[in-house]
Parts: sequence; structure tokens; C-alpha cells
Amino acid sequence: MSINRQPYLDNIMNRFKGNVVVAKGSLENEIYISTNKENLDDVCTYIHKTFQSPLSSIICNDERSLNKNFTIYYVFSLPDKDLFFIVFIPVSEQQPDFPSITPHIPAAHWYEREIKDMFGLEPVGHPDPHTLVLHGNMPANTYPLRKDFATNTRLPHIESKLPFARVDGEGVFEIPVGPIHAGIIEPGHFRFSAVGDTILYLDAKLFFTHKGTEKLFEAMPYTKALFLAERICGVCAASHATGYCQAIEKVAGIEIPPRAKFIRTIILELERLYNHIGDVGNVCIGASFLMCGSHGFRMREHIQQLNETICGNRYLRGMITIGGVRFDIHDDLKKHILDLLDRVKTDFKELVEIMFTSSSFLDRIETTGRLSLEHAKGLGVVGVPARASGICRDTRRNHPYAAYSEIDFDIPVYHDEGDVYARVKVRVDEVYQSMSIIEQCFNKMPEGSIKTSLKEFPPYKQALSYVESPRGEDIYWIMTAPNNMLYRYKVRSPSFCNWPSIPYTIPGNIVPDFPLINKSFELCYSCTDL
Amino acid sequence: MFTKFQKSLQTGVVTSHYPKEKDYAPFRFRGRIEIDNERCKQCNVCVEVCPTNAYTWIEDKDKRYLQLDHAKCVFCGMCEEACSYRAIRITNDFELAATHKDGLLVKAGLDKTASVEELGMKLKEKIFSVFRRSLHVREVDAGSCNGCEWEVVALYNSPIHDLQRFGIDMVASPRHADCLLVTGPPTRNLETALIKTYHSTPEPRMVVALGACACSGGIFQDCYATKNGIDNVVPVDVYIPGCPPRPQAIIYGFLLALERIDK
Repeated sequence: MSINRQPYLDNIMNRFKGNVVVAKGSLENEIYISTNKENLDDVCTYIHKTFQSPLSSIICNDERSLNKNFTIYYVFSLPDKDLFFIVFIPVSEQQPDFPSITPHIPAAHWYEREIKDMFGLEPVGHPDPHTLVLHGNMPANTYPLRKDFATNTRLPHIESKLPFARVDGEGVFEIPVGPIHAGIIEPGHFRFSAVGDTILYLDAKLFFTHKGTEKLFEAMPYTKALFLAERICGVCAASHATGYCQAIEKVAGIEIPPRAKFIRTIILELERLYNHIGDVGNVCIGASFLMCGSHGFRMREHIQQLNETICGNRYLRGMITIGGVRFDIHDDLKKHILDLLDRVKTDFKELVEIMFTSSSFLDRIETTGRLSLEHAKGLGVVGVPARASGICRDTRRNHPYAAYSEIDFDIPVYHDEGDVYARVKVRVDEVYQSMSIIEQCFNKMPEGSIKTSLKEFPPYKQALSYVESPRGEDIYWIMTAPNNMLYRYKVRSPSFCNWPSIPYTIPGNIVPDFPLINKSFELCYSCTDL
Repeated sequence: MFTKFQKSLQTGVVTSHYPKEKDYAPFRFRGRIEIDNERCKQCNVCVEVCPTNAYTWIEDKDKRYLQLDHAKCVFCGMCEEACSYRAIRITNDFELAATHKDGLLVKAGLDKTASVEELGMKLKEKIFSVFRRSLHVREVDAGSCNGCEWEVVALYNSPIHDLQRFGIDMVASPRHADCLLVTGPPTRNLETALIKTYHSTPEPRMVVALGACACSGGIFQDCYATKNGIDNVVPVDVYIPGCPPRPQAIIYGFLLALERIDK
């Protein structure tokens, strides 16, 4: 599918004349625009406003060994065309700062803080430039993602205290929660300022599970890094693996066989299915509706057992590989999958019927944890919460990959709601869509090979890769190095975009509703913290 | 109201009978790895393809043997695919848990019996026999990828595995717990929290390392932000390898820890 990129280029060139240079990009749907620190804010704001294109990622890269500079890339994606604008600026080591675009594009705030922690570049004009990732426990002037920092460096642990914002006043008290939680969930630290049961303010600190994943990518050959990509997140393993493989395939310029494309689509939809069904059950548990929760988990378990039959792992690890997929889905397995999905469909319909006719359950989820369209747009929220707040955005439709361009499916969007109920409804609708996608894939899937081989790829090539995981849009940016290594692999998970929106949905709700709201967003800590 | 009863009655009992009845993992499942020393030509391919350096060479009486550490293994299956002599075979046996790290090693060609006897030493004091019938567990995420967490949720919330049928319960605080079930490499940012949690747990306390990360650091080993396995931070009594271990493997690990399984 070819896109006419010229009108967009003319528009930008006319507006900024000599202040921007369109760099040569090898990929058709990526436009690299070079500018400088002075014009950065204008260019980004112009693209963001004129084309209504949300900020998809900000990537910093230590290119000092190549051109003596750090480079920061700002990725914007067009909402209605399969096109990305990538604005980039050089930042010299002597003057390690860059202008913050957060005041005009709030979605940039975490990215800029992350760059400050990992590269030591100061975002000038950032409203809240506190440490984000490293918790201040690293010795001064150690920046892990700089190239002169060795992966296995052992550093002393510096005592530090994280700053928390709180509400003071008569009758206001603070409830600290985490990082070791009461439930079986990932670690984060939350502080609620509350009056009685009503929350006034929530401050959240994450990045406890920071494992140095992006640094590890640079230390591994590309074949091994696939298994690291699968382990970025436990429950989006297939999405992260697909994103990684697509990135490698793009820089190497190879096309995967059509059958592999369809199998990838099936696997990605199975991942969405087990996540969504489990999440619907989990919301019920959050509202103390244990009976429906158990049914949800039972169905999730059936699908995970199916996953294990298909590829030997309950989380679909080890299925997707560079150049295609590892295992074929033969006719017996196909019949087994379709039979099981048929049973689950009836089962799930009955469950939803019970859930949505239970007045006590509806009372808990309706109007709870509202995320307004304005906040969702401003903070660049993606995935299920975005669609529940009225943003029609789905990578499978906007930037098709795998076999999605050949499949017919709907994207459920709920306008003017944005509450827990709407997010549950989006998931329920997507479950039926996923089942239909899997059926269509089996009908359209051609015979043939499932894998093409890849031996090596050219160095210093860049590419974007994108996947719609069960939680939303994943964006990856790759730059290759010589000897089949990666120079930089940046992962931007949907949870990274959605986490900052949670504190806006909480005030006015009661403390026991926080777990419910959190579960309706179903955000991952591990793929945020990396 | 009626529909709720109807739904539950229609569904019936779904709980599995593991371990009373043996559970067979699917054909493609990647579990215990066996090395056939006769076939091994020492070509080093498996050492090269392994993403977590689980394969090493050991010297014994001037001979070189291949050694695999299940604690490091993420069960990707690349070694079996790469071995052109078919010396490596991945079985679907998932009962891998061990009370000592040596129990997770596969030594090709070496007589195993000697090391097994050494291995018995860990639990010989039987201090954990007080937990035999009832165990209260606190799950601690020390930086895992969320995979192991969801397997524990599947054990606890899903009626299919139903961990409570063994008298094992998940509790909300380490102060209520007899056992910490720890996942993750652990990370730098959680090290202090893990140590504090350990000291908050009343004695006698048991620590179970769940998953490849907790056992050895897994794929996140040797990184500035992680430690190589939780036994570098707190003492560990039982190791359950796997990435992530399937729920039945976790049940096996618990029962092994509670000395309800003879091994």
C-alpha cells in the first residue's frame, strides 16, 4: 500500500523553509526530518497540531562514536494514514541539554525524564524534572544507556528518598501502598491523600522492576535478543516478539511468507483473547464478584492450555521467530482451536450476560474512574482506555502489519464514557472481534512455507516497528550495529503512555475503587520499567 | 440469581487432579533437557546458541563434559534445534523443582548419584515439617516480567488449579506468611524492599525462588540493574525453574518443599 507523502512534506517545508531538512529514509512510511534545538518545539507542535498526529515515542541515542552527538528522535504517527514523522535533533556532549516540548505536548513528559536519567541530558523547561527510572540510587554521573557504560557494571547503592506530592489540610491523611502489595501483582508505590474514603490526590512511583532491558539488547547478538524481547513482558510476549522480528525484518529488507503472516495474526489474537477474557474476570474480582471472576479465569486457563498445545508455552513464547514462525498449525490443531473458541464464545457470552445484568456489579463499575477525552488525548493514551474514552485508534487499522490488511474487523469505541464500564465493554467487544479474526485467518491462510532465513543485516540502519498488543500500541525503534548486533533498541510499551493518566482518573473515587480502576486499565509494570 | 446458579452448576467441577493423577504436558512443551553423552561430539554449538549461557563445559579427570543448568534455562529450545548430532533432547517433564541448586544441573556423562546424596543435606533438618499441612504464602515480585505472577494468579484464582486444595493459601502481608514466593532477578530498585520483606516474615520462614530470573537472573543476568538470582540477597530453600513454570510445576515445587513428595 503506497502512501503519497509529498503533500505532507510540502506543507512542512513551506512552513519552516530552511529550518528543517528532510533526511533520506529508506522506508516508505517513515519521514525523517532534521532540525535544531531552536526550532524543535515549533516543528513538533506544528506537526502535532496540524496533522492531529499524537506523539508516539521519543528516542534518545548515543551516537557519539558516529557523529560526536547524541541524537533525539521524536516520533509522530498520522491518525488516518500509515505514515510516521520522525523529527530529530543533535545534542552535543559539551552542552548536554535539550528544550522540553512537554509544556506544549504533555505526552512527552515521561520520555524526557527517562532521557535525563538514562543519558544525562537535561530537558530545559520541563515542569517536573525529577528522577523517573533510577530512583536516585545510582552514584552521580552514571548514565546506563551511554555507550561508555558497561552492561555488567556493579555500582554501590546510594540511599535516596523519592519526592512525593501530597495534600495537606484538616482531616487529610496519606495512605502509602506498595511496592510489596497485598495482591499478586507487580510492584509500584502509591500514595493516596484521602479524606475519609474519598481520594483527593494520588502520586504513583513506578520503575521498581527496571532490569536494564534496553541496555541488554545492545549486548546480545540479534538471534539471542529475540528471547529477551519475549521477556520484556510476560503477558504480551507474542506482541513484543512480533515487534522485534518485524524490526529486524525491516532493516534486513526481507519479506516473510504469507502463511507465516497469518499464523502470526492468529497468535497475536490468541494473546489478546486470553488477556481480555482474564482481564474481564479480574475486574469482577476487583469488584468482589468472585463467581464471575472464577469463570473468567477458567476460560483464560482453557486458552492458555491451548497456547501450550500450539507452541509449548502458556504465554506463547517461542512461537514467533525472525523470518516467520517456528511451528506450523496443521489441520488437527486448527480444528482443535476452532472447537475450543466456539465453546469459549458461548461460555463467555453467558458470563457477560450475568455480569451486565447484575445491578450491584454495575453500580461499582459505572461512572467509576472516568478518563476524559481531553486527558486521554493530552497524555497520548493508547489502546483499550483510549478507545473507551472516545479515541478511535488501533495500530492494526492505522499501521497494518502481519495479515491485518487482509482481514475485516471492527474497532469498538465508546464516546463520552471513559469509565470502568466502558473499558470492560471495549474488552468484551474485542473478544468477539478476535474470535472472528482467527476464523477469517484460517479461511484465508494459504499453504506454503512458514519461515524465510536471514543470515545478516546491514549496520547503522534504522526502522520503526509497531504492534497492537492487548494493552495498546507498542512502538519499537531499531538501529543496527556491525557484526549482527543492535546499536539501540527502544521499546515504547502502551503502559508507558497510559500510566500517567491513572492519577487523573482517581480523585473523587473511594479508596476501594482504586484496585478496580487499576485493573480496568490493566497496565504492565515490567514493560513500562524495562 | 437463578442464572448464576445455573451457570455454576452447568460448569460443574473443573479442578484438575494433579498430582494424584499424572499430568501430561503437551507434545510441544519444553521441559527437562536431557543430554546424551554418547552422541555429543563437543561441537560447542549449544553453548553458542544459548541466550542465557546455561551450557558450560566442566573438566573432570582430564575429560570435558557438557553441563546444563536448568536454573538459567529459559526453555527456548534453540539448543535442541541447533544440535546436529541429536545429543540434546527436550522432554515434556515439567517436575523440575529442587531444594538445592545442584539438583538443577544436568551433567552429561558424569555419575549423578554422588551429587544427589550431597543434595539431600538442605532439608534434612526438617524444620519445615511444621508447615506440612498448612502453608501461608506471600508472593513477592522482585522485578519479574509478570509471567510468573500470572501463573501464581492462575494457581490461586482459577478453579482449575485451586492451590487451596493443598492447604496452601496466599496471604496479604509477609507478617502473616510462613513462606515467601519470590520472582524476579531481583532488580536494584527492589533489593531493599525484598530484604525488608524477608525480615518482616516470622521464623521459621521458607523462601521459594520461582522462575528462571529468581533462580539465576535468567535472561537478565549480568546487568547493572539486576542481581543474578535472589539467593544473592536472601537465602533460598526451594528453586522452581521455568520461564515461567507452569502451574503444575509450581504445585510440585510446593509439595517438594513441604516434604509431601519423596524424591
